[in-house]
Amino acid sequence: MNDVTTAPGADLPEHPDFLWRNPEPKKNYDVVIIGGGGHGLATAHYLAKNHGITNVAVLEKGWLAGGNMARNTTLIRSNYLWDESAAIYEHALKLWEGLEDDLGYPILFSQRGVLNLAHTEQDIRDSVRRVEANKLNGIDAEWLGPDEVKRICPIINTSGDIRYPVRGATYQPRAGIAKHDYVAWGFARRVDEAGVDLIQDCEVTGFTVDGDRVTGVRTSRGDIGCGTVALCAAGHTSVLLDELGVRTPLQSHPLQALVSELLEPVHPTIVMSNAVHVYVSQAHKGELVMGAGVDSYNGYGQRGAFHIIERQMAAAVELFPVFARAHLLRSWAGIVDVTPDASPIVGHTPYENVFVNAGWGTGGFKATPGLGWCFAHTIAHGQPHPYVAPFSLDRFTTGALVDEHGAAAVAH
Amino acid sequence: MSRVHGYGRVETGRTLTFTFDGRTYTGHPGDTLASALLANGVHLVGSSVKLGRPHGISAAWTEDATALVQIERPFPEPMLQATTVELVDGLVARGLRGQGRLASLADPARYDRQHTHTDTLVIGAGPAGLLAALAAARAGEDVVLVDDRSCAGGALTGTEVVDGRPALEFVADVVEELARLGVRHLQRTTAFGQYDDGFVLALQRRTDHLGAAAPAHRGRQRVHRIRALKVVVATGAQERPIVFADNDRPGIMLAASARDYLHRYGVLAGREVVVFTSDDAAYAAALDLAGAGSEVTLLDVRDAPPREWAARAADAGVAVHASAVVTGTEGEQRVRAVLARTVDGGIRLPADLLLVSGGWNPVVHLFSHARGALAYDPELGSFRPTSSLPGVTAIGAANGTLDLAGVLRDGAGPDAPVAGPEPARTPTGIVWRTEGDPDRQFVDIQRDATVTDIGRAVGAGLRSVEHVKRYTTIGTAHDQGKTSGVLASGITAELLGARIEDLGTTTYRPPYTPVAFAALAGRSRGELFDPVRTTPLHEWHVAAGAVFEDVGQWKRPRYYPRPGEDMDTAVLRECAATRSGVGILDGSTLGKIDVQGPDAGVLLDRLYTNMMSTLKVGRVRYGVLCGNDGMVLDDGTVLRIDEHRYLLTTTTGGAATVLDWMEEWLQTEWPELRVHLTSVTEQWSVFPVVGPRSREVVGEVFADLDVGNDAFPFMAWRDTTLDGVPVRVARISFSGELAYEVNVCSWYAPALWTRLLAAGQRHGITPYGTETMHVLRAEKGYPIIGQDTDGTVSPQDLGMSWVVSKKKDDFVGKRSFSRPENHNPLRKQFVSLLPVDGRTRLPEGSQIVELCDDGLPEPPVPMLGHVTSSYHSAELARPFALALVKNGRARIGELVDVPVDGALVRALIGDTVLVDPEGARRDG
Repeated sequence: MNDVTTAPGADLPEHPDFLWRNPEPKKNYDVVIIGGGGHGLATAHYLAKNHGITNVAVLEKGWLAGGNMARNTTLIRSNYLWDESAAIYEHALKLWEGLEDDLGYPILFSQRGVLNLAHTEQDIRDSVRRVEANKLNGIDAEWLGPDEVKRICPIINTSGDIRYPVRGATYQPRAGIAKHDYVAWGFARRVDEAGVDLIQDCEVTGFTVDGDRVTGVRTSRGDIGCGTVALCAAGHTSVLLDELGVRTPLQSHPLQALVSELLEPVHPTIVMSNAVHVYVSQAHKGELVMGAGVDSYNGYGQRGAFHIIERQMAAAVELFPVFARAHLLRSWAGIVDVTPDASPIVGHTPYENVFVNAGWGTGGFKATPGLGWCFAHTIAHGQPHPYVAPFSLDRFTTGALVDEHGAAAVAH
Repeated sequence: MSRVHGYGRVETGRTLTFTFDGRTYTGHPGDTLASALLANGVHLVGSSVKLGRPHGISAAWTEDATALVQIERPFPEPMLQATTVELVDGLVARGLRGQGRLASLADPARYDRQHTHTDTLVIGAGPAGLLAALAAARAGEDVVLVDDRSCAGGALTGTEVVDGRPALEFVADVVEELARLGVRHLQRTTAFGQYDDGFVLALQRRTDHLGAAAPAHRGRQRVHRIRALKVVVATGAQERPIVFADNDRPGIMLAASARDYLHRYGVLAGREVVVFTSDDAAYAAALDLAGAGSEVTLLDVRDAPPREWAARAADAGVAVHASAVVTGTEGEQRVRAVLARTVDGGIRLPADLLLVSGGWNPVVHLFSHARGALAYDPELGSFRPTSSLPGVTAIGAANGTLDLAGVLRDGAGPDAPVAGPEPARTPTGIVWRTEGDPDRQFVDIQRDATVTDIGRAVGAGLRSVEHVKRYTTIGTAHDQGKTSGVLASGITAELLGARIEDLGTTTYRPPYTPVAFAALAGRSRGELFDPVRTTPLHEWHVAAGAVFEDVGQWKRPRYYPRPGEDMDTAVLRECAATRSGVGILDGSTLGKIDVQGPDAGVLLDRLYTNMMSTLKVGRVRYGVLCGNDGMVLDDGTVLRIDEHRYLLTTTTGGAATVLDWMEEWLQTEWPELRVHLTSVTEQWSVFPVVGPRSREVVGEVFADLDVGNDAFPFMAWRDTTLDGVPVRVARISFSGELAYEVNVCSWYAPALWTRLLAAGQRHGITPYGTETMHVLRAEKGYPIIGQDTDGTVSPQDLGMSWVVSKKKDDFVGKRSFSRPENHNPLRKQFVSLLPVDGRTRLPEGSQIVELCDDGLPEPPVPMLGHVTSSYHSAELARPFALALVKNGRARIGELVDVPVDGALVRALIGDTVLVDPEGARRDG
């Protein structure tokens, strides 16, 4: 036998005995949220909690939180370059830090820090720039040399004998991971308790329009009248807005991820490397969770091309030689909806009572509570919350872009 | 010992020694670790992850859910199935509870990949797959046949009869004919993923089974990347268990697996056997084990056991109970007794082996990976392919055909070989679970997930099998739900009062079985992770002691230190020598694109911000490329070679991006343009000869070339020859100095470089690297795209409005220039920064803030911009920096602060051109 005395994987907390009702849709709601993913659920939560708005339906065409919320690699950080991004992600991170209590749900938020590796002179410049910006924005950030990188994550190959040696890293100690299903279900349970109707298998097929107002949504489960519509449908937002004659600058790409078998703890933090395209953490049960680069072609099919995985594995073994005989157990893909400047679109649409939230690319999960908070505010007040105001749809005509290509986890 | 004489195909003449959980055992070549353990009477292998319950061996191949082991020798490998580890001498393994352990040392093995293209790929060398491969090969097709086990035959045990002879003889004959027909037949090769358009990945295990005898040169594993016009999925079926209380004990096994252990390995897994089934196939197992000497009792869920099988059972002394179900088991380390309910009431049957069969699940994984549709088949009690997928067919048991005659027909059509007489199949009883304590009925044994857990999930409001999976963790373990997936759907449906056909299954995802990271990485490690590109002068640079830097894939000399010099002193020396005399740079990494065709000028006019079509032959123009957003993408020079031909240069790192960018426009937006683009980066080597003495050096080497300003003005190029070799020289300067860029076919690069150095010797010619190049250009305020810009900087921000044509109707990026934000006076603009103390070199990347006389305030502190480049200047005898600063040009002459290591460094905003602002030096 073996000498493992604690049972790994046994320490995951149980889910509660009750999560949500499965109600029939009502004829009318004050607010109809389209998209029952993390963002839709978080928005409903803060509508109820912060604004007392509970005559709300969350419409989900599949199973609740089954899109990107179920497929992401659960990384949470706020070390973004630009002020606008740093503000919303840091707001989110602060909410993450209190979310377990707020939801009364064990979301397993583990603040184990993130290392963003630098491999070239330009990586170093960009890293220093971001660290200095983070500090001035009040976000925890440090620049570490290779020795300090090795101290924090001993399994990284920091020797000079790899193709792109590790020259240092930025480090955000407050970054972390959480259990994505637990987060989604925590929100969903709270929202259900507040009286919000979570309606699954309910695909929106069109809208009824009166001038510059939308009066109802047509769904696979019948027509539903609405006071306000909030779009939280990620890449399908552009399809929905097409129904309203609004073009949205979104491109949807597969983004693949994968897990290994359960392994004894070897990796205490989160490591990202743009240059060699890898990010990896070791989840609570012991599996290595890794993200790959974005597949370059467009599409809604939730699967990607295999050479992306091969490249990812090469990068992983290059940086972490001990991973050589870890095994790929499962790979899958989500769909990232990417805007021209790799920042989200949140706020007004040409329709007075329709608000949009989309285009989070690879940042959607980590933004979940922050976006929910700010989008709920936007819906409740009819005006964008200051943290999301920079992410208006009209910035693509004014040119006030927030270009985050360089700060995303993977190259878009 | 449980080895039975007269059974099995292991080499009993040779003995292998292995260690498991610290005890030494023996086995034979041909054994798996699992069969060898069973042969030694070892059923207990590990324990469950959550509850620590003892776990044994529950199957004979990849469907096993319980026998997880850690390999320690010959090399540590985490979490393998004992059922798939081929036994070798000296193997050391231990049982696992939950987590595997990674090696702490580097894996010495090699892994590689092979691309294969074929007409037909057949996956699975069971009877259906063998015959399908044979039919395709006989029809003249190119055929690849892969199979995951050590030898062909699939689920055939050897007891069957095909065309009047033993089935394994039939297999051997087919294998031989396949070889004769040139079929590429790979055993120990697992197809683990299928992607669009007939793309299948297969992992071949090439050395592990050979142990110490493996040839040193052979890679351990190989990923075959197979592209096939037709893919035939003949992956067979896996037996489906039935859930009952305490169904996870060692000694509980799938019925067909026990048969496999007997016939393949000669191992009798138990002496006192209970078979619990709802399907005919388990009768064969019962009879075979009885024939090998076991006492067997058979419990059939169904009210009417199959008549023929029941008669055979009676003949063999196997007691058959109809309408009987297992309700529980006893035994800790190994099952001791089976509790059952029969028509006569509850009974307790002593047993050391409990075999279970609830029917069969077609192995649809590979079909499903490629999005082949599955539907529930109520006769099968499982899901099987419905609609065909273009180019992909599923045959045999993978398509739900369970009788041998049918399988043979699936593979070979109407002229199929004839199967020996078998009792006709009777309908499978579809039973997901029996009565009993749901707390002890394990659905996913590996995850300790029970019927109670599913009940809780359903009670919590969950209606989707995906939700139930996530709530219970069923199907998330090492086996990815091979045996538990359909059961979970069935039990969920029962508890919901829904139809399993409406619930479906969770999604099948690659890989079918786990694949080592290193196998997928293949050779793409170390030097081969990304190709290392070097120029033809690389060896010279190495010999000259250059320190290299990675620029894109290139290794470029950064500086050439002399003894005792650090980077700063070397660069100061190189800069001073170049500005005062002459320097030479290996600029060969510069991207170069040959643009040819009658519409070449049109294309360039549409892509560059300035006009290129008006450029005269023999002249050079600097150009900027912008993205759709009007932000600078790359820059470089354009040489007009003739009426229909241009040669353009890009930054070293941007070469591929620019070529892609141009091709994308050409191919997707303007296919009507008659232009061809060719990368000639490697074909041309380029040596800028730079400095006031460059004219003498170049003039001396190229005697035929008039290097005077009148005949050869700035931004012109001339062709010449040297010893008959064509050379192109261009008056381009990235330093502000008089400079000649000498271009030559890369074959002659070392010779020409040597000639230039020789001619320059009396002028003190100094080779310099990228760092000096950067300093010299920075002193002149020339931006490096990608260092001084970040994709948010427009030509106007760089102070280069002059490079944006006002005449052209349109070009990429033009519309964006008219957006209001592009005219915001607070945009960041390109300026210089001089540290006031005259000593501090500002770190590149530093942020810039307004003057803070009382120290840095509490965050958030508004930022004005950042330092993009920063150097020490020999010419200026001080450090200087370039920066992007909000409203920077209007603030020239103002002071700002730069936080550096907790202190503030004061700096003066200035114009970007710090050396020779009049431009007097460029003509010498």
